[in-house]
Amino acid sequence: MSTSTTLEKPNTGTWDGGNEPLKASYGKLMMWFFLLSDAFTFGSFLIVYGLSRHKHLPYTGDAETFTFSTQWWPIPEKVYNSFPGFHGVDLPLAFVALMTMILILSSVTMVLAVEAGHRMDKNDVQKWLLWTILFGATFLGCQAWEWSHFITGTEQGMLLADGTQIFGANLTVNQYGPPLFADLFFFITGFHGTHVLSGVVLLIMIFINTVNGVYHKRGHYEMVEKVGLYWHFVDLVWVFVFTFFYLI
Amino acid sequence: MSSTDISINHDVNHAHEEHDHHHDQNFIEKYIFSQDHKVIAKQFLFTGIAWAFIGGFLSVLFRLQLGWPEATFTFLEPILGGWVENGKLNPEFYLALVTMHGTIMVFFVLTAGLSGTFSNFLIPLQIGARDMASGFMNMLSYWIFFISSIILFTSLFLETGPAAGGWTVYPPLSALPQAIEGSKGGMTMWLISMALFIVSQLLGGVNYITTVINLRTKGMAMTKLPLTIWAFFLTAILGLLAFPVLFSAALLLIFDRSFGTSFFLSDIYIAGEALSNTGGSPILFQHLFWFLGHPEVYIVIMPAFGIVSEVIATNSRKPIFGYRAMIGSLIGISVLSFVVWAHHMFVTGMNPFLGSVFMFLTLIIAVPSAVKVFNWIATLWRGNIRFTSAMMFAVGFVSLFISGGLTGIILGNSALDIQLHDTYFVVAHFHLVMGAAAFFGMFAGVYHWFPKMFGRLMDDKLGFVHFWLTFVSVYLVFMPMHYIGIAGFPRRYYAWTGFEAFNIFSDMNTFISISAILGFTAQFVFLFNFIYSIFRGRRSSANPWHSNTLEWTTPVLPGHGNWPGEIPTVYRWPYDYSKPGAADDYIPQDVPFSKTQSSNLPQERDFE
Repeated sequence: MSTSTTLEKPNTGTWDGGNEPLKASYGKLMMWFFLLSDAFTFGSFLIVYGLSRHKHLPYTGDAETFTFSTQWWPIPEKVYNSFPGFHGVDLPLAFVALMTMILILSSVTMVLAVEAGHRMDKNDVQKWLLWTILFGATFLGCQAWEWSHFITGTEQGMLLADGTQIFGANLTVNQYGPPLFADLFFFITGFHGTHVLSGVVLLIMIFINTVNGVYHKRGHYEMVEKVGLYWHFVDLVWVFVFTFFYLI
Repeated sequence: MSSTDISINHDVNHAHEEHDHHHDQNFIEKYIFSQDHKVIAKQFLFTGIAWAFIGGFLSVLFRLQLGWPEATFTFLEPILGGWVENGKLNPEFYLALVTMHGTIMVFFVLTAGLSGTFSNFLIPLQIGARDMASGFMNMLSYWIFFISSIILFTSLFLETGPAAGGWTVYPPLSALPQAIEGSKGGMTMWLISMALFIVSQLLGGVNYITTVINLRTKGMAMTKLPLTIWAFFLTAILGLLAFPVLFSAALLLIFDRSFGTSFFLSDIYIAGEALSNTGGSPILFQHLFWFLGHPEVYIVIMPAFGIVSEVIATNSRKPIFGYRAMIGSLIGISVLSFVVWAHHMFVTGMNPFLGSVFMFLTLIIAVPSAVKVFNWIATLWRGNIRFTSAMMFAVGFVSLFISGGLTGIILGNSALDIQLHDTYFVVAHFHLVMGAAAFFGMFAGVYHWFPKMFGRLMDDKLGFVHFWLTFVSVYLVFMPMHYIGIAGFPRRYYAWTGFEAFNIFSDMNTFISISAILGFTAQFVFLFNFIYSIFRGRRSSANPWHSNTLEWTTPVLPGHGNWPGEIPTVYRWPYDYSKPGAADDYIPQDVPFSKTQSSNLPQERDFE
């Protein structure tokens, strides 16, 4: 029955309470859990994509003689082969590769902004945030061009069995293949684009705050980190969307 | 990196200590757009109770039709207007009633009303925190839920009626406005309401999880948490992972309905006209729906598990039997809940081999469930039982969970399910095991924590009346349903009098309906007790049940910030009831071992 000095002290291990066991503030944890949840949303969309595609026949003939038909799922290289300013030139996946590069670059600049935040370097944070906003907005612009091109369609269009010619694609008709191909393209890239757009809005908001010195006064740039997490997640999702729609 | 982190930590702790000496709030800040977790919990509770009465009333309406199929209901015309034609309920309205009853009860009462109330109320109080991690997001969670409620409630008054395709809203029925009246505006509002509901769940869920991880008081290890908190924590994780999938499905369905896509539609003729939709799959929707839908039943029942564990241990004056096994079984159930969804789809033409895999996984859930039941009974065993109203409902919960759980083992078999699928057997099963049982958990929680919420006690005599009437009528309603289910009586049918085979069940259906009306009426006893006790109930002491958990160390009516002084420190687990050698039959969690030397176990001497 000794009364030692540890008498009134509770345990102080990592998970014993009174601390932050994952070494992250609640705000950062919330962002992580939100992203986990969002990953499930995107995951289910991509599963819908996979199953819908699996239900349709692939094109089995020679790639040289490929034509658009509702009978089979199109070859991505034949659909996404245009580039602004190069009308009529077959440049498979060139434009989307450029878009992807821009988005990945924006992730790099985001990392630099977060790093500048750790150094409490307000000017560098501003600079890199601005670059990130620029790249993000460019990506959205590229997507707008790609969508409008996809909607307008090619000059040949597709000849239906009843003799009518259709051009371009929308949610019900699709010159490139089965209507579901266009539905999924619009829905999933659109949903991703909405995420990028919200990301850009968030970035603009924290940019304004940075310029006004809000975070500098607060003593830390954690908000930049949190938005950074979101931004990297959106980039990561694009890598999957890109793989599913353009590569496979 | 590390240097900034430290400054952040200071910032967070500081912000939370500031709640102590705080400013005056006006009425709106205090009661409407409040960021205090206790007020938000009450808001969820009141909204949940309101919804429960609406949902219950709808079920009485369709029980009238099922119990007295030949009767005329002209007396309902003042309430239902055009939905009663020549004294008969409109068949499509009947479907809408069933759909709305399911939606309201599953989502708005037993998800938002149950875990919204008790997660919000108990998490900060029981882990020793001033409030939720983000009070603002918590407030947002309630108000988005409120908007979602308003939208669903408004849909009840549409001319074409609310959604009518069943609470599972399977396409193509729900996707095609031409299919039934209920697939018009009502379905659109259902989907919008549900999308908002999911956003609200997400805001609440991330808050619950981060609060439990980051804001536990000193000494509150994960293995010293009350089982309620474990249950709410895992429920929130389940919601966080399952609801986004329903969100995806709902968005895709919105596109199918309103923008002409074909995600879930393929090759359909309707009213002799071919639709242009092609290529989609309605079964895909079922997969997405049940990937949410099955975890959802655990989202409903797990908070009740937690509440019941706490109430039973307190009122048996015994430590909960198998504390770690209780946590383990909760985790086991949480993991398994994600890999059994297709047992709702045995008869969709899925591969029988896949069916047997899902059957196997489904039946494994019986193991952790049985562990829990065994532990509750073992806790009761030779306990010094105090029959409070909360305790009655907790024991009633165990009874219902066993009765309903046993039929789950039958239904989980893919071969037996061919006969039983979509019959009243299923209805009886899930109403016992997750409907009535979760309600009992909720009642137990309300009776038990009412003193902490309102500083007064609910009346025990009325509580007993409420309990016995509810308990008896639940069994009287759902036991007979098993029989008519085995006979093949299908659910969601408006009229069965056209089938010779089912006419022998008309007496039984009348009996069920009478019991249902009795059960619904009994809830007014609760409502009266609840409202009366808020204003006139017997005043409670700070710890009326002599319970160990931290919420009872607060003042009778905890203010904003919960503890007037410092947050208590935790030294022991929450179940030190009737410890041999102790002065009282309970030792609260914040009592250090040095003060209980007479009762310390050999291994606890080290902490003295």
